[in-house]
Formats: sequence, structure tokens, C-alpha cells
Amino acid sequence: MPSLKDLRNRISSVKATQKITKAMQMVAAAKLRRAQSAAEAARPYAERMESVLANLASSVTAGGPPLLAGNGKDDTHLLVVATAERGLCGAFNSSIVRLAREHIVRLQDQGKTVKILCVGKKGFEQLRRQYERNIIEVIELRGVKQLGFDTADEIGKKIIRMFEEGDFDVATLFFSRFKSVIAQIPTAQQLIPAQIPSNENAPPVEGPQASYEYEPGQDEILSTLLPRNISVQVFRALLENAASEQGARMSAMDNATRNAGDMIKKQTTIYNRSRQAMITKELIEIISGAEAL
Amino acid sequence: MAAFHFELVSPEKHLFSGEVESVVAPGADGQFTVLKDHAPVMTTLKAGVVTVSGGEGKVEKLFVRGGFADVNASGFTILAEQAIPLAEIDVAKVDADIRNAREDISDAESDEARLAASDKLAQLQELRAAIGG
Repeated sequence: MPSLKDLRNRISSVKATQKITKAMQMVAAAKLRRAQSAAEAARPYAERMESVLANLASSVTAGGPPLLAGNGKDDTHLLVVATAERGLCGAFNSSIVRLAREHIVRLQDQGKTVKILCVGKKGFEQLRRQYERNIIEVIELRGVKQLGFDTADEIGKKIIRMFEEGDFDVATLFFSRFKSVIAQIPTAQQLIPAQIPSNENAPPVEGPQASYEYEPGQDEILSTLLPRNISVQVFRALLENAASEQGARMSAMDNATRNAGDMIKKQTTIYNRSRQAMITKELIEIISGAEAL
Repeated sequence: MAAFHFELVSPEKHLFSGEVESVVAPGADGQFTVLKDHAPVMTTLKAGVVTVSGGEGKVEKLFVRGGFADVNASGFTILAEQAIPLAEIDVAKVDADIRNAREDISDAESDEARLAASDKLAQLQELRAAIGG
């Protein structure tokens, strides 16, 4: 049976924790708003990029540059795993890592070589235990304050350089898509060869479709557009990830605050009960003492 | 004059969307103007100024640094690598950037670095000329 002092200490420590989780929740909520509007601002560009690429790719017959068609092999896979820099955000990091891990196991069963590029510290920490030898590089985003396109562009260029040097054949990007504050969906997206969405969603064009004119030339445009597309996809993934992280942290901290509240209520009841028990006991002692006289 | 749909987006921002009468864009092979019912064209852009005329004498100028232009039946779309409305550009900062770029060129140790720096300088000078003054 804990003493009254123990109970008081326990209650005040839970109260302190609750204050911290509450503060973290509010910070996450503020950051979420910013991350969400950044993700939304980037969406039109990525969408237009997709439709332009789809347009262009549909007119490319047979092959095309390696970034579009692949280099004909399927032996070495690069997994780009984008996670957060910090923890305390629920299952956010682990669900991305779990998806990547499932992918790795499947690929290794098929006898493929797997290489991992970690973006963000948390994913690296979790994958290191099992796949230390597969990790070729870790990019930390700790120093990056405002996620700009330059950051994504650097990662994109790095991936392309590795592809051109023949380090891998297929690249897949793992990140968490932001659906809502309570729902983030871990997603795997193939980067190289580029996956071109079917053109069915495009607005129907009336009449016979006139053929495009290309300046300077179709191949030149495609060869600048494809690397650009990879950077854009990485950028979008990072932004979605940032929004998801804050969303996940917000709901995790909301849960933690509520749990702390429940615990305080329970501990307070115990505290009061044992305090009353003690008073009763003392009264009984006094009364029975007086009766004995 | 008939209007058509024009959009200008950069990775970080959606800068312009609406009905316009004409757009002048800096294509890789020279400036071109797009009016309604332009034949489908796809081209790369170089650094320069996009001039958007929205009818009734409304003109908006934006500086773009490279990107793609796509004209099709549903309208005209520019995917810019970077785009800033001319009104928001800080002249002093551009001048400072130009000085930095000049220094980069003289400090460059490899041909590649020098090429990259002079590319940057050319873009900045284009921007400086666009602002005027």
C-alpha cells in the first residue's frame, strides 16, 4: 500500500507529463497547418507534371529513355525510405518501415539485391538492426528548417546519378500519404522506371486531337522532364510525409494527454480514499482510546 | 478578344490560374505568344519574363527560371522551376546575387563549376534586365 506522499508524487508527475504532451499536441497542430498548406500548394504542380508526362509518354513509341522504360534489368532494387527525424508520433515511422521491410523480404525471396537509401533518422535507426549492410546512405533532414524544393532536388539528382552509374535497376520510394489527421497511409511508389498514370482522367478533348509540336524536340523535352519528375515526386513525398508526421504526432499526443487525464483521475480517487481511510482509522483510535478510560 | 485558360505553377506555389487573353513566354527557341486556339505545343523554357494579359488592359508580369510550357486544347500550362511576380523581387538582393555569382565564376576550380556559375549569372542578369532601373 503506497503512502499518501507516494500517491501525491505520482499524481504530480503524471500532471507534469500531461502538460508536456498537451504542449506537444498544440505545437504539432500549429505545424500541421503549415505543413498541410505546403503540401496542398505543391499538389497542382505535381498533378500538371503528371498529365504533361502522360501526354508525352503516350506519344513515345517503343522504348524511350532509360528513366522512362528502365534499363531492361530487374536485379538490383533501391528503396528510398523517407521517415521523420523525431519520434513520439505514434506508429508513423514504424508503419513506413514495416511496409519497406515487407518489400525487402519479398524482394530478397526473389533473389534480388536490395539497397536502401534512408531519408530521415528514425527509419535508419529501425532498419539498421536488420539491414545494416543494405543501407548505402542516410540523408538527415535535421538541419533543414523549411522544406524547399532544393532539398528534394538534391535527393532526386543523387538517385539519378546512381541510376546512371548502374548502381540499381529499379527505385521505389516509401513515404506516408496524408489523408487526414487520423489517417496516414504508408505508400510505396515506383520512381524508376517512371510510372505513367493512364490518361483516362484527363479532360476529354473534343474533335480530332491535333499532334503536338515539340520545341526543341520530343527527346530533349523528355530528357529534361523525367529527371525533373523524379525530384518533384520526392518533393511531394517529403511534404506529404511532413504533414503526416505532424498529424500522427498530434493524434498520438492527444491520446497521451487523455490517458494522463484518466490516470490522474484514478490516482486521485485512490489518494482520497486512502486519506479518508486514514482519518477514519485515527478517529476510531481516538474514540476507542476515550472509551477505554 | 477571346479568352482561354492559363495556369502558372511552381513546385512550391500555385501562382496564377484564370482566363486570359494572351500570354508571352520565353521559350527555349525564343519568345512566343499564345492566343486562344493555339496549336498544341510543348516546349522548355529559359529564364525570362512571362507576360500575362488578362484583358481590359490588365497585365501581370512574372519572372520564371526555366521550366516547361504545355499548350493544348484545354488551355496553357507553365510548369516553372521557380517563379516570382516581378513586383515582389528585391532589386538590392538581385544585385548582391549577381556580385556573388561573378565571384563564384572567378573562384570556380573546375570547368563544371564555372559553367554552373555562369549559367546562374546569365539567369540573374536576365532577371535584372527584366526589372530594369
